[in-house]
Amino acid sequence: MISEVIWVEAIYIVAAVLFLLGIKRLGSPATARSGIIMAAIGALLAIGSTFFYAGNLNYVVIVLALAIGSLIGAVWAYKVPMTAMPQTVALFNGFGGGASALIAIAEYLRVRMAGLPFDPYSALSIGFGGAVGALTFSGSVIAFAKLQELMDGRPAVYKYQNETNMIMMAATVILWIAMAFYPSPWVFTLVMLLPFIVGVTGVIRIGGADMPVVISLLNSFSGVAMAGAGFIIHNSILIVAGATVGASGLILTEIMARAMNRTLGNILFSAFGSEVAAVGQAQEKAVRSVTPEEAAMVLAYAQSVIVVPGYGLAVAQAQHDLAELGALLEKRGISVKYAIHPVAGRMPGHMNVLLAEANVPYDKLYDLDEINHEFERTDVVIVIGANDVVNPDARTNPDSPLYGMPILDADKAKSVLVLKRSMNPGFSGVDNPLFYLEKTMMLFGDAKKSVVALVNEIKNL
Amino acid sequence: MGEELVIAIYLLVLAAIAGYEVITKVPPILHTPLMSGTNAISGVVVIGALLVTLSNEPGLVQGLGFLAIILATINVVGGFLVTDRMLGMFKRREGDKR
Repeated sequence: MISEVIWVEAIYIVAAVLFLLGIKRLGSPATARSGIIMAAIGALLAIGSTFFYAGNLNYVVIVLALAIGSLIGAVWAYKVPMTAMPQTVALFNGFGGGASALIAIAEYLRVRMAGLPFDPYSALSIGFGGAVGALTFSGSVIAFAKLQELMDGRPAVYKYQNETNMIMMAATVILWIAMAFYPSPWVFTLVMLLPFIVGVTGVIRIGGADMPVVISLLNSFSGVAMAGAGFIIHNSILIVAGATVGASGLILTEIMARAMNRTLGNILFSAFGSEVAAVGQAQEKAVRSVTPEEAAMVLAYAQSVIVVPGYGLAVAQAQHDLAELGALLEKRGISVKYAIHPVAGRMPGHMNVLLAEANVPYDKLYDLDEINHEFERTDVVIVIGANDVVNPDARTNPDSPLYGMPILDADKAKSVLVLKRSMNPGFSGVDNPLFYLEKTMMLFGDAKKSVVALVNEIKNL
Repeated sequence: MGEELVIAIYLLVLAAIAGYEVITKVPPILHTPLMSGTNAISGVVVIGALLVTLSNEPGLVQGLGFLAIILATINVVGGFLVTDRMLGMFKRREGDKR
């Protein structure tokens, strides 16, 4: 028996090393795939050793559940379109958090039904895993519903929302501490129920453009909940993996917040984007609207082009046509690069995945810092489905809500082609002076149709 | 109990630091796979779900374990497969396999 425990622990150590080495290999696109396979082997080893060596498991129930879960997970992973990746990650995240919450409930009931006493350590760890798991679950499900457009993507705001959320969180902490001494069912219920409610009321007030931050934060929470589950059942690999995932989510949260020049608190509490009407209907200024034919001429005779994609590209599912346009321009000897803002899209790295799906080689994708100095030497910038990330007010207008946010300096290029559905302001509801510049051409219409039209025009030249 | 808690906290802190070090080196281009990959790792919480689904426990406890295993398995299997699918699309040059 002792030797079996040692075997399981030894395999857990191997698994933990594989997780870290696997993530390390995500440091470069060339080694990333082997990295994720390493991490998957680590997961398989850890789960397998538990399955075979832990005594007394109810194998009938377990095998059935594993089979159902694997089937759903596998079908989902192969069917889901790349454009739906943010909501998929959000939901999977929620499932992980939900599992941690269920483990906490199961452990609580186990101890109670067996008539055993709770020691403070187990009561606190059950409360912790349950609370964070419940928050992760409900928050992620709401994020999923918003991204999948089952719910309105705009912030849902009501009076005293932040205040009541704060009170509920404070009450959770107090009740959680109380659980060490009074682990009664109603205390435990509240410790899980309050964060569950806050997950809902906290995330409904987050607007679409702030989703990358929230998804990253929920990702971190799912790791923390997992570590909590590790404390509950005294399991080392859950603690190690949970801490790693928690750190990962936190780093991404920080990167995203920095890319918006806002604090995490501001993102969570300000309901950015809910006041569209107030700033949206800006002055009636003239824009230069062009036909696909005119735009194609400008593109075809440029020497260098930078493409700035945004969430609109994902909405219009125009990534394949955009890639075709890029390839066509390159065939004419034009240099084509893609500039990716850290918060373009609805999750970290969203645009990179879309363009990778469309076979755009990754060495043509550039980060903000890598490419920003190149705009002034560029003939044409194509802005497709992006808005706030190219708003020059962020650089120059201290009154703008976007002021201070690092942007892609599209306005410094010789000319700018903006593909946009209409003149409606972007998500933030902030007017964009880029559109009114003399060098800016507006090509109105659905992004996909516009790109297809450009491709046809250039082919006919 | 005290000693076990100390060791658990040791693990937590060291793993968080090690994780922080490797993750800060992941470039922005791979942030989505990083997120869905770490998300898949968090599905390893299925181990916890296995360990509460013991045959001598009351049916209610086992039922919760059953649900937890399904959720966590979707997370781990779906997460790794979708990350692999995503990474399979990252290519350096046109026509490159991988």
